[in-house]
Amino acid sequence: MGTVSMNAPPADGFVVFAKEECHTCQLVTPVLRALSRSDQKLAIYTQDDPAFPAGLAVIDDTALEQSFHHDIETVPTLIRFSAGCEVARTVGWDRAEWERITGLQGLGEGLPGFQPGCGSRSREPGVHEHLVARFGNPGLGARKVTLGEFDDEAEACFDRGWTDGLPVVAPTDARILRMLAGTSRKPDEVVGLIPPNLAPCTVEKVAINAVMAGCKPEYMPVVLAVVEAALDPVFTMHGLLCTTCFSGPVIVVNGPITRAIGMNWGINALGQGNRANLTIGRALQLIIRNVGGGRPGEIDRSTIGSPGKISCCFAEDETDPAWQPLSVARGIAPGRNAVTLFQGYGLQACMDQRSRTAEELSRSLALSLSAVMHPKLYSATAAMLVLSPEHYAIFRAAGWDRARIEDSLLANSTRPGKDLVAGAQGIAEGMPAKFADMMVPKFWRGGLLVVRAGGPAGLFSGILAGWPGTGIRDQTQPVTREIKP
Amino acid sequence: MSLSMRDPTAETGSQRRPRTPPPASLEGATVALLDIGKLRGSEYIDRLQARLDERGIASRRYRKPTPSRVASTALLQQIAAEAQVAVVALAD
Repeated sequence: MGTVSMNAPPADGFVVFAKEECHTCQLVTPVLRALSRSDQKLAIYTQDDPAFPAGLAVIDDTALEQSFHHDIETVPTLIRFSAGCEVARTVGWDRAEWERITGLQGLGEGLPGFQPGCGSRSREPGVHEHLVARFGNPGLGARKVTLGEFDDEAEACFDRGWTDGLPVVAPTDARILRMLAGTSRKPDEVVGLIPPNLAPCTVEKVAINAVMAGCKPEYMPVVLAVVEAALDPVFTMHGLLCTTCFSGPVIVVNGPITRAIGMNWGINALGQGNRANLTIGRALQLIIRNVGGGRPGEIDRSTIGSPGKISCCFAEDETDPAWQPLSVARGIAPGRNAVTLFQGYGLQACMDQRSRTAEELSRSLALSLSAVMHPKLYSATAAMLVLSPEHYAIFRAAGWDRARIEDSLLANSTRPGKDLVAGAQGIAEGMPAKFADMMVPKFWRGGLLVVRAGGPAGLFSGILAGWPGTGIRDQTQPVTREIKP
Repeated sequence: MSLSMRDPTAETGSQRRPRTPPPASLEGATVALLDIGKLRGSEYIDRLQARLDERGIASRRYRKPTPSRVASTALLQQIAAEAQVAVVALAD
């Protein structure tokens, strides 16, 4: 709750808010002197220099407490109070208005009749949320944790087990309020139940963890869509967390929002260096850890894990209008913002610098894809192929669209079962003997997701392997969800 | 001035509850055999059921569609209503 100030305005009289760096405030200094000589009470709050205006009794409001309580947007602001209530207000210098409100005539002789004011310091970027946190009611429901005066906030978060092993941004009220401004949704709205503990997660808790992940407020709609997609039962987030396999949520973002928030689909798209890519994926994992209680070594039983379990998120390259974006292929209208969550890990390279025809390249990519999970395990998991611009250019030159590329990859990655069954090639691992006389597809239709990303140079594509859980196809699937404001 | 933060967790506490002690005897009991959908879980349950049959102990089989998702409330209630003891084939 806010503190009570001793510098409250008079119950009857005038209040002026001003700052020294405002030319209009300096302009009206003679007017303030005239008001101070009247028989009305006058309180002048100064936002920057407690000695301004010179020669007048001023109240120091450099902490901006009264500016906040009176919702000052512009200086100078003149307010008239009667019986403790505000009855009139004007901003800037407007002689007629000032004369009407004060009841005094002939104010500011020699001054222009009108001059607009300046912005209030309490409305400078990033300030308002601090003032709400300090003097107002932030309206947050989460438990407040107050540190000792000399405590280090990054260490305090580590000590409480709130991090993924990297430092987090301390979730202060001001930062949380700024994050919440990135969504139109109410802070106490429940987004869903986060596994493994099936703990209710509010928009506020999403915002807190997004702050900790390093997100900007404009990422919030994406983060919320990602969380909702992860909670779709068919995504099977619980199992993906618990699994001994390597996999975690892989996030692909489509639509104009990728450009608006500066996501990377180009050079090093799946690597380090882009704030939106890294922090959106990290926010989901922190929510799973902190709200859901999913922690490595506890219910997360991944044998080896993978670095993508910190964050794996990127945008699709939609710069070629001929290419059907992944979101559109999965049922979202063109031009809409969407996230697709895939259960995967990686990357595995396909470095093919010799294929010059679409057919050659398809056979080469298909051979690389056959290694997903194990070269002798087929129809057992999904995969995501990240097609680089130079590889895509070969398909595009041949007139191949998404459907043609996917069909060809599915056909070229089908193998005779005799090569795949357990024991074949001197390898115990493999398909059951009943497949020996069949042609076995590596992936089922829909089990290979093709997405475009990467820098302009390099005849390499990348493969994100899927999770065996997707082998039970009616139970576990990738999820695509539209991003709402 | 000291810094204040907000708790990012669900703010719930865990409660440790004692396990139900195993029954002194399986006589007259029905044993639930739950296959969670892992590979070869059914083989394990086949063996176990054969042993129970030899001893004249009643058993019933249940199955989850995927090991990746927790058992539904309906399935847990069904097992609780129909059996007194449960064996879960957890790993392959």
